[in-house]
Amino acid sequence: MEEQVKNISTDEQQEYVINMGPQHPSTHGVLRLVVSLKGETVKSVQPHIGYIHRGIEKMCESITYPQIIHLTDRMDYLSAHINNEAVCLTVEKALQVEIPDRIKVIRTIMSELTRIQSHQLWWASFGMDLGGLTCFFYGLRDREKILDIFEETCGSRMIVSYNCPGGVMYDLHPNFQQKVKDFIKYFRKILPEYDQLLTGNVIFHERSKGIGKLSLEDAISYGVTGPSGRASGFSCDVRKHEPYSAYDKVQFKEILFTGGDTYFRYVARIQEMWESMNIIEQLIDNIPEGPYAVKMKPVIKLPEGEYYQRVETARGELGAYIISDGNKNPYRVKFRSPNFVNLSVLNHIAKGFKIADLVAIGGSLDLVIPDIDR
Amino acid sequence: MDKKELGEFIKSTDQDLEVKEGIQFAEVTVPPSKLHPLAKMLREAEQTQFDFLVCISGVDYGQDLGTVYHLRSTKFDHTVVLKTRTSDRVHPLLDSVADIWNTADFLEREVYDLLGIKFANHPDLRRLFLDNSWGFPLRKDYVDDINIVTK
Repeated sequence: MEEQVKNISTDEQQEYVINMGPQHPSTHGVLRLVVSLKGETVKSVQPHIGYIHRGIEKMCESITYPQIIHLTDRMDYLSAHINNEAVCLTVEKALQVEIPDRIKVIRTIMSELTRIQSHQLWWASFGMDLGGLTCFFYGLRDREKILDIFEETCGSRMIVSYNCPGGVMYDLHPNFQQKVKDFIKYFRKILPEYDQLLTGNVIFHERSKGIGKLSLEDAISYGVTGPSGRASGFSCDVRKHEPYSAYDKVQFKEILFTGGDTYFRYVARIQEMWESMNIIEQLIDNIPEGPYAVKMKPVIKLPEGEYYQRVETARGELGAYIISDGNKNPYRVKFRSPNFVNLSVLNHIAKGFKIADLVAIGGSLDLVIPDIDR
Repeated sequence: MDKKELGEFIKSTDQDLEVKEGIQFAEVTVPPSKLHPLAKMLREAEQTQFDFLVCISGVDYGQDLGTVYHLRSTKFDHTVVLKTRTSDRVHPLLDSVADIWNTADFLEREVYDLLGIKFANHPDLRRLFLDNSWGFPLRKDYVDDINIVTK
C-alpha cells in the first residue's frame, strides 16, 4: 500500500503526454496537438499538422491564373471571397489593369460580409468551446442570412469563387442591396444580444481574462496578425496600411487593444463586426454604375517578374507571392497564410496554463486548419 | 524610407551586395554567408527596424535553390526583399534567422519540408506537413510516383 502511494506521488511529478486531436471538437478540424502536461498544467504544445495538406502551392504551378482562384477558396474556407481577391489583385497589378469603381465597391462589400459571417461562426464555436451551447445556435442562425445573400448573387454559399481576374463573375442580384440593408438593420439589433449572452458573462470572464497573454513584442516577432495581433496592440490592418479595392474611400477604425489575452482577442472580433457593418453601410447605397468585369485576354500571361499582394482576411494578413516566367502558368506561388503563422505562437502563449485553458486559447486564435495545411 | 532610399542605405553598408529596385520593393541578393549578419543589421539598425518577418518563400530556380525573405518594419511601414541562393542541391544549407524573428521557426520548417533546404542553428528542424519518407515536392525535378500527371 505504502509503495503504491509512493508511486503515485512520483508519477505526478513526471510529464504526461497526451494527443489532442486530430479528431477533437475544439481543434475545429484535423489539427493534432501533442500536449506535455505536469498535473493539469501545460508544459509545451507541439502542433502536428499536414493531415489535409493538398499541395495547393504545387498544384498552382501547373494550372492557369483563373483556375488558381478556385483553389484559394479551399484554403481559408471562411474567408473564401477575400482569398480570391488576393490572387485577382496580384494578377491585375501585374497586368496593370484599371479596375472600375463598381467592381471595387462590390468586392469591398462582399469582403466585409465574408468577414462578418466568419466572425459569426467563430463566435458560435468559441462559445461552444467554453460550454455555452446557445451561442452556437445564435451564431449559425444569423450567419445563414449572409450565406443566403451569397447564394443569390454568387450561386454558391461558402466556396463562392466570385472574383475573377478583371472583376467578378456575375452582376449583383436585383435583391442584393435590399437584402444587405435588411441584414444590417437586423444584425445591429442582434449583436448586442451576443454581448448579453457571452461578453458580460461572469464564467466567461473567469475563463478568458488573463489567459494566454501575448505581448506586443511577441506578437510582432511571431508575426501574429489579424484580430489576434491587434488585440495585443499590433497595428497590422492591411485595409488601413495599404488600402486595396474601395477601402481608401470609407471611414472606419482599426480596432486596437493592449490587453492581448483571450478576452481582448474576443472583444476585438466583436468590435470588428460593428466596423464591418459601418463599412457596408457607407457603400451599399451608392454602388456606382458600370460593367461588373473588365474584358481580359482569354489566356492570361503575367509579365516576367515577382509580385506580392497582401489582403486582410478575417484572420490576418494573407500574402500572395507569385513568381512569373512569362507563361500562362506561374513559376512559383507562395501563400503567406495567416493561420499557419498564428498557430506558431500557440506553444508560447499556452505554456503554464491549464489544459482547459488551451481550448480557450486555441479558440481565441480562430484557427482554420485547411489554411494551415494548404 | 521608400525603395530607392532603402536600396541606397543597404548598398552603403556593404558595397558587394547586389541591390535592385524591383517592381514593388527594394530587392537585395545576398550570398548565403552574409544573410544572417545582414538580417540582424536590418532588424537592429535605427533607420530600418525591420521587426516583422512577413514570409519566407523557398524557390527552386532550376540550377539553384533559394529563399526569399519579405521583411517589414511596423514603425516605418516599409518593406524589403532579401534573396539568397545556394547551388548545392544535394545538401543545401542556409543560416537560420529564427534567433532574430521567432516566426522563422515555423516558416523555415515549411521550407525544409517542401524544398529540402536545411537551416543551420534552427532550434527544431523537423518535417512539418509530410512524412520523412517523402521527397521534396516543390522542387522542379520532383516526380510523383503515385499520381503521375504530365503536362
